[in-house]
Amino acid sequence: MGEIRGIIRRFILDNFVYLEGGDQGLKDDASLLNEGVLDSVGVLSVIGFLEEMFQIEVEDHEVVPDHLESVDAMVAFVQGKLNGGCPEEVHSDVRDCRVA
Amino acid sequence: MLLVHQFLEDSAKRCPDKTCLVFQDRRLTYSEVEAQANVLSRGLVQKGVRRGDRVILWHDNSVETCVALFAVLKAGAAFVALNPAVKRDKFLFVAQNCRARLILTSDGRLSQVRDGLWEACPEAQVVTVGDTSPSFPKVSSYDELVSCHPASPPGVRCIDRDLAGLIYTSGSTGAPKGVMYAHHNIVAAATSITRYLGNTPEDIVLSALPLAFVYGLYQLLMTFLVGGTLVLERSFAFPLKVVEAMRRERVTGFPGVPSMFSMLLSLSPHLLTLPDLRTITNAGAALPVPHIARLRGLFPHVRIYSMYGQTECTRTLYLPPEELDRRPDSVGIPIPNEEVFVVDEQGNEAPPGEVGELMVRGANVSLGYWENPEETARTFVPGRLPGERLLRSGDLFRRDEEGFLYFVARKDNLIKSRGQKVSPREVEAVLHQIAGVLEAVVIGVEHPLWGEAVQAHVVLDRGARLNERSILGRCRASLEDFMVPQGVVFHDALPRTASGKVDYTALREGDRTTRRNPLRPIHGEGYYGRDSRDHTPVYFR
Repeated sequence: MGEIRGIIRRFILDNFVYLEGGDQGLKDDASLLNEGVLDSVGVLSVIGFLEEMFQIEVEDHEVVPDHLESVDAMVAFVQGKLNGGCPEEVHSDVRDCRVA
Repeated sequence: MLLVHQFLEDSAKRCPDKTCLVFQDRRLTYSEVEAQANVLSRGLVQKGVRRGDRVILWHDNSVETCVALFAVLKAGAAFVALNPAVKRDKFLFVAQNCRARLILTSDGRLSQVRDGLWEACPEAQVVTVGDTSPSFPKVSSYDELVSCHPASPPGVRCIDRDLAGLIYTSGSTGAPKGVMYAHHNIVAAATSITRYLGNTPEDIVLSALPLAFVYGLYQLLMTFLVGGTLVLERSFAFPLKVVEAMRRERVTGFPGVPSMFSMLLSLSPHLLTLPDLRTITNAGAALPVPHIARLRGLFPHVRIYSMYGQTECTRTLYLPPEELDRRPDSVGIPIPNEEVFVVDEQGNEAPPGEVGELMVRGANVSLGYWENPEETARTFVPGRLPGERLLRSGDLFRRDEEGFLYFVARKDNLIKSRGQKVSPREVEAVLHQIAGVLEAVVIGVEHPLWGEAVQAHVVLDRGARLNERSILGRCRASLEDFMVPQGVVFHDALPRTASGKVDYTALREGDRTTRRNPLRPIHGEGYYGRDSRDHTPVYFR
């Protein structure tokens, strides 16, 4: 769980926010849309990343705020997908991208 | 109709109990919006807003932004519609440049600019929308401001020559320019556009476009002008949610930009049953021809309008829907009550088939740029009658024998990405501020959906520890999303011409490898791979 969170945070921080003072400014429960971190193109990019990184398929009906609004929401969504119908191994890249 | 706020006032008289605005779980009637705008307008006057003052609206799509727009006009002032994605430095530039009397924004945005705001704008009052109650001098909350005034108009008299609004756009020098609209400009443009779209009070328009851009702003204005209903969305990030709202609200009109249509078309077709939809409009960039065909197939009963315009005159051209199959690459003919000319270098009208600059003549042509006589004189040139001014569009067009117009290219070095002009100088200035960047040049490269994408070419200082991510991160911190480069190309030295100038042709040639589309493919088409940088699906055209 911590691993998934770290990977998602790293992706958001690397691609959407630039924080002089490190990573503390990204709150896991904050709405990334309301905060202006993600726009519609950003959400697509997040979906593409989650699909590839965790080897999951995000269905049309799953592209909703409940799953993608915040880091917390994304973690829960990915966790649910991995525990659910799709028991594939997490992509081997995960280990390379692990955040300390 | 003479004044822009009369769009609301007249509809509130005609149909007070009709729902005019739907936003999230809120539904408001014309009389409710009218009452709220009156109350807020009195609040603005009490805060010192006077006729001719500028009030910045720096806030997301919301009920409050819509109400505030009309409230500002009722107070005799002009709104400055500012993209909520604007970052600190640009906000401070705009606030200082327009000498804002009052700023309506969120608490979060205020905290980003609080330390520089009153230096840039010593007189400014701030009204914040949101839950937190502010405890600073000169800052009051929206709720507080609307709690203590009667719901009758403040009775400020203004005329249609008065300034109604400013919208900032990128200039070739890098500094943003405030396009000035008098009331009569907006009334003329809204009247013309609603006429060719055939809007009626039965229209229910869903807009996910930002109110800070003319295309989004006019969805509100035109709907209120005709007495229709606007279903306003914060964004298009979750297309299925938007489609559900369209079905639930029985939406008849949907204005979009190519990236939105691309997202819609990536959904499974069975999700896109929209029996009430009658009109689709596209602006911002040209809709790819396969997308047009797909939309026609999905929505055979819907009229699809391709349109072209620019901030300086709002809308210039539209293609009547019945022409779409015959000339899908044309952006059509002048809007009602406007004419255009294609002129050569000498200013003479070019014959059909020849390329020249598009000139615009009409009441929709704005007054010029706020306190910027040089740029105004360059772009707004003397017209045929004394005192009249034509707009030089800066875009090269050709016209066919039947008078239909085709976009060819931009004349200056401005990049047009996602429907917005991007000044390479503005982006280069941000790149040059990054320690370790020795030289930076920005160009526009062809993009299938955005028209152009921004690309940075950078030479680093010896030993500089910068990569594409760190550079783009810095750009994101300072620039609006549509200005952020989509990629960085590193060079040991920039290619130069014999005279020592940067060789832009060589930079562009170097880019013509693959064309990337960072959006999902049309439903049913396969992915061809992923973008190595941001992991988005890629397919080749």
